[in-house]
Amino acid sequence: MDTAYLIETVIKVVVILLVFSALAGIGTYFERKILAFMQRRLGPMNVGPYGLLQVAADGIKLFTKEDIIPTNVVAPIFKIAPVITAATAFMAAAAIPFLPQFTLFGYTVHPIVADINIGILYILGMMGVGLYGPLLGGMASANKFSLLSAARGAAVFISYEVVTGLSILAPIMLVGSLSLVDFNEYQAGGIGNWIVWSQPLAFVLFWIAAFAETGRTPFHLIANDHEIIDGFGTEYSGMRWGLFAIGEYANMFFLSFVIPLLFLGGYGDGTLLGALGLLAKMAFFFFFFLWTRAAWPDVRPDQLMWLCWKVLMPLAVINVVITGFIMMF
Amino acid sequence: MNNEQFNNRNVNDSYYLVDIKDYPTDGWGKFKRVVKRTFRGELFVGLWVVLREMIKFDIHTIQYPLEKMPIGPRYRAVHEMKRLWESDTERCIGCGLCEKICISDCIRMDTKIDEYSRKEVSQYTINLGRCIFCGYCAEVCPELAITHGGEYENASEQREHFILYEDMLTPIDTMKAGKQLEFEGFGAITPHEDERMKKTPLAY
Ligand code: SF4
Ligand code: SF4
Repeated sequence: MDTAYLIETVIKVVVILLVFSALAGIGTYFERKILAFMQRRLGPMNVGPYGLLQVAADGIKLFTKEDIIPTNVVAPIFKIAPVITAATAFMAAAAIPFLPQFTLFGYTVHPIVADINIGILYILGMMGVGLYGPLLGGMASANKFSLLSAARGAAVFISYEVVTGLSILAPIMLVGSLSLVDFNEYQAGGIGNWIVWSQPLAFVLFWIAAFAETGRTPFHLIANDHEIIDGFGTEYSGMRWGLFAIGEYANMFFLSFVIPLLFLGGYGDGTLLGALGLLAKMAFFFFFFLWTRAAWPDVRPDQLMWLCWKVLMPLAVINVVITGFIMMF
Repeated sequence: MNNEQFNNRNVNDSYYLVDIKDYPTDGWGKFKRVVKRTFRGELFVGLWVVLREMIKFDIHTIQYPLEKMPIGPRYRAVHEMKRLWESDTERCIGCGLCEKICISDCIRMDTKIDEYSRKEVSQYTINLGRCIFCGYCAEVCPELAITHGGEYENASEQREHFILYEDMLTPIDTMKAGKQLEFEGFGAITPHEDERMKKTPLAY
């Protein structure tokens, strides 16, 4: 492996880490503001102009707070759990092409850390591993709300992962590759080529599953504040809790990138317009995550399992079968 | 007498029961309900409502320390002691009615005879820690001397500061500027008080 490649990769990793950690923080700001506006409030207003520095204030607070490890918790697991969530969220980002390739000072940059040929599988797998964070954190804590949250996490996990995998299977059959770059190439011809037109059902199913994946309303039942306090995060404080939050928001951003890349043409033909288009689509999906939080109620865990197993999974299977037949003949 | 008339909450004849269909019990009924709910687009109604509110941007937040809600003139917050418009002296004549009526026993006062042989209030405190802001003192006061004000933000290092006569009394410069506000709440003069006045019948 030559040195230039190594240096380039390290720089990309650092940039992605920095950009998305910052974005995760800014994401919380957007979330508060948008939720507030939708509920006719103003949201954060006091720190900085229009509360813009609220993110910095939160960061300082999280970093300087005492890191409490309660007496009765299983300390090693309790300590490692938030790291799993945050780390896997960022690891998943390795296979996401955030922008089309561009030339900087005569050097061609591919804004993807590793264009591996199992891209989407790797991303979904990594995000799946990320659920071990809430699961282990909840089980290592010494209160029933965390335990309930962990139990819910396990139940939710096995439900939606099936839907995610099966719904994505049909587009994969069409494209014939697991790499997101190939997905993008497949749809590069313009709006007419977007997979969402040939696979609308898969798109909707994957979108629904993405809500379960990130644990957002209406599937916010792993850390449902009004039922089980903060769920797995109940006993966490300071930066460990912050890592959970960063992981959650980074996940939201990454999924907001993955959905357009898979179904909505990604960055298209790779021009500047296409790149901006991808960012706009990403922004819409991120906004939608916040939008639903203001609009929709949460479902119960059993309703989510009912939905995943009895409705979404059969639909996904039917979709795969029909796609297979159409491709065969 | 039975309890029926008390238990009957149907005070208004126009009340009616909302027409809710029975929940389906068989599989086919449940399936139909799921399909109907799925395609009726209720979720989008919710999305539209919050988006509409966001676009309208009709914000209801009051940024409290900077902005305040207007409070009604009848609001019963910390007491005020008024002065006479004519002479700027204190209205309180030391009758002690407020001390007597106070149901939480939080008014303490002392009076003495001053050099003009008139009754003068020498001590007057209200223990706001016990006051329930019922307004009885303001109502009973024959001179409209003690009233409720609109000041609801109180802070101090000692509760002994809550609250002395001097703090409640209208400051003399406010009085001189003619800025004293009359209390419009319970027991205050009504707007038509002049018409309702009767001459004291001294003739007989
Ligand atoms: S408001 Fe009521 S409780 Fe308070 S001082 Fe007056 S009479 Fe007493
Ligand atoms: S009732 Fe009025 S006049 Fe009498 S002592 Fe109290 S405040 Fe003074």
